[in-house]
Amino acid sequence: MSAITLNHVSKSWGAMRAVDDISLTADEGSLLVLLGPSGCGKSTTLRLIAGLEEADAGTITIGGVDVTRLSPAERKISMVFQSYALFPHLSVAENIIFGLRVRRVSRAERDARLRRVADIVGLAHLLDRKPSQLSGGQRQRVALGRAIIAEARVCLMDEPLSNLDAKLRHEMRTEIRALQQRLGMTMVYVTHDQTEAMTMADRVVLMRDGRIEQNGSPEELYNRPATAFTARFIGTPPMNLVRQGDHLIGIRPEHIRVVTGGDHAARVKAVEHLGADSIVLCDIDGQPISVRLDGFSKVQPGEDVRLAWEAGHEHRFDPATECRLETSAREGRLATSAG
Amino acid sequence: MTDLAASSPIPERRARSQAWWNAVNAWLLLLPAAVLLVAFTHWPILATIRHSLFITKRNGSEVFVGTDSYGAMAADPIFWKALVNNFWFALGTIPTSIALALIMAVWVNRNMRGRGFLRLAYFTPTVLPMIAVANIWLFFYTPDYGALDQLRGLFGLGGWNWLGDPSTVMGCLIVMVIWKEAGFFMIFYLAALQQLSPDLDEAASIEGASRWYTFRRITFPLLMPTTLFVAINAVINSFKLVDHLVIMTKGGPNNASTLLLYYIYEVAFTFQDSSYAATLTVVLLTLLSAIALLKFGYLDRRIHYQ
Repeated sequence: MSAITLNHVSKSWGAMRAVDDISLTADEGSLLVLLGPSGCGKSTTLRLIAGLEEADAGTITIGGVDVTRLSPAERKISMVFQSYALFPHLSVAENIIFGLRVRRVSRAERDARLRRVADIVGLAHLLDRKPSQLSGGQRQRVALGRAIIAEARVCLMDEPLSNLDAKLRHEMRTEIRALQQRLGMTMVYVTHDQTEAMTMADRVVLMRDGRIEQNGSPEELYNRPATAFTARFIGTPPMNLVRQGDHLIGIRPEHIRVVTGGDHAARVKAVEHLGADSIVLCDIDGQPISVRLDGFSKVQPGEDVRLAWEAGHEHRFDPATECRLETSAREGRLATSAG
Repeated sequence: MTDLAASSPIPERRARSQAWWNAVNAWLLLLPAAVLLVAFTHWPILATIRHSLFITKRNGSEVFVGTDSYGAMAADPIFWKALVNNFWFALGTIPTSIALALIMAVWVNRNMRGRGFLRLAYFTPTVLPMIAVANIWLFFYTPDYGALDQLRGLFGLGGWNWLGDPSTVMGCLIVMVIWKEAGFFMIFYLAALQQLSPDLDEAASIEGASRWYTFRRITFPLLMPTTLFVAINAVINSFKLVDHLVIMTKGGPNNASTLLLYYIYEVAFTFQDSSYAATLTVVLLTLLSAIALLKFGYLDRRIHYQ
């Protein structure tokens, strides 16, 4: 009983609508990622769920209970902050058991739970240290420990990995996901990093200007972006959007090939070698397009190449509304195969 | 290491000359500050200590008397009176003004209407010169037609000579100094509070901590460096502030409001006894150094600095 539901929730700061009529559901035991560029309202949405901000309109329920007007403590949630929000004057152990002390949990139980949590997050040998004596990754673990010792069914995370280096971020990503599944928590995870969203989420909610742009599984967002915005946001590098006449066509870089006698003439602008593959940045009728090629590509900047892709890989968007055109994509495919 | 040095004397000499130049550089950089400190702090202190061991004759010649002046001081009832007064003055002003400063700072740190005005109002007494403050409060305390006695009149109570009565004079001075100092200390607390991350409060509230619990276990411990700083300042001020005595009481009645520094001033410039004034000054210096030692040697190590 820990599903989270937002029903037509809004929050404004003066004239700015930070969260504009949002409805979503995080199923019990699932990990929902709120994804979007900075200022899109994802953090505000999380703070509304936590009760750190009060909603102007709409209702929020956790486990079927309406919590819209409840204080953060009454919502029985835990939260990890972007800054970790560790208490600098308290030791690691005291930071982790802070909430247990507040709730006057007995000493014996406190110690037992601290031992268990310290083992889970791998901090057993650092319990006497102060946060300032820890590395970034270790601080992150303390924040995690403090969140899971409460044994709350709901855990909220506000960009928890944004202060870590790339390698550690990769490790912690896997660890947080494993922990969430092992403890069966319902987790809402805010990030602007689409890699985190794609690798961790059961469901991704992509936000833009306080509204939900698309709500679906990572696979759906990748394979069937509902708008050009989603298409441009998801994928590294993201989907190419090319204007052809009055059509807006999207093609993933990995679906484009460099072939002699391809349909589209392009000029190579730059080549990025990533090792396993190379990203070739080209120019097609004055529009940029990136192509992912396997291995160490030998294409040179300034070279003229011809590109080709299968019509089945084309995504079509309405140039005015930027919404996905479902039927015309299929028609388009028929048209190309006929031509 | 010695073997190595013996086998290669040239690098060693170079290293030694480099170390020498480093030392010279360091001393040159320290020189301006050192000159000022020695000229205006260390030398006067030593001169005062020396002066307290001599007495000056009318013809200007100095006679060594050893610790005779200290003996006379120990037998001087006014010295003891001033010291005890100073103790009560410190005890009366320091904890209350710090507590008040903290409460005001927490209060005006909130997001509310008229916050800027309230901060300014609390800070105003600090901006006023002590002489002006003493004159304002002199009016409050004036018997019969002063503000305080007029207030008493409303309740049918008779006039009271607040500053003329040994039982009330110290209390009156303490209230005034608290009024003057609390706003100044508030500024430090306010600055410290604004340095604290709001995330900490939010994290505590998610864990279910009440406001008071959060203040007690998070905010107050994190403000300790400020509290220490403010407390040291308050102690020094309680020995340093004497301007108001000149205006309001001149140490009276019957030395009931004499403070140590005011007594030193009187001895030196009214009684023209500079060697006894030097003796008293040495006591004041010893007291203040003891406080500084306590701060740097003990309290600093027990406080969390960020």
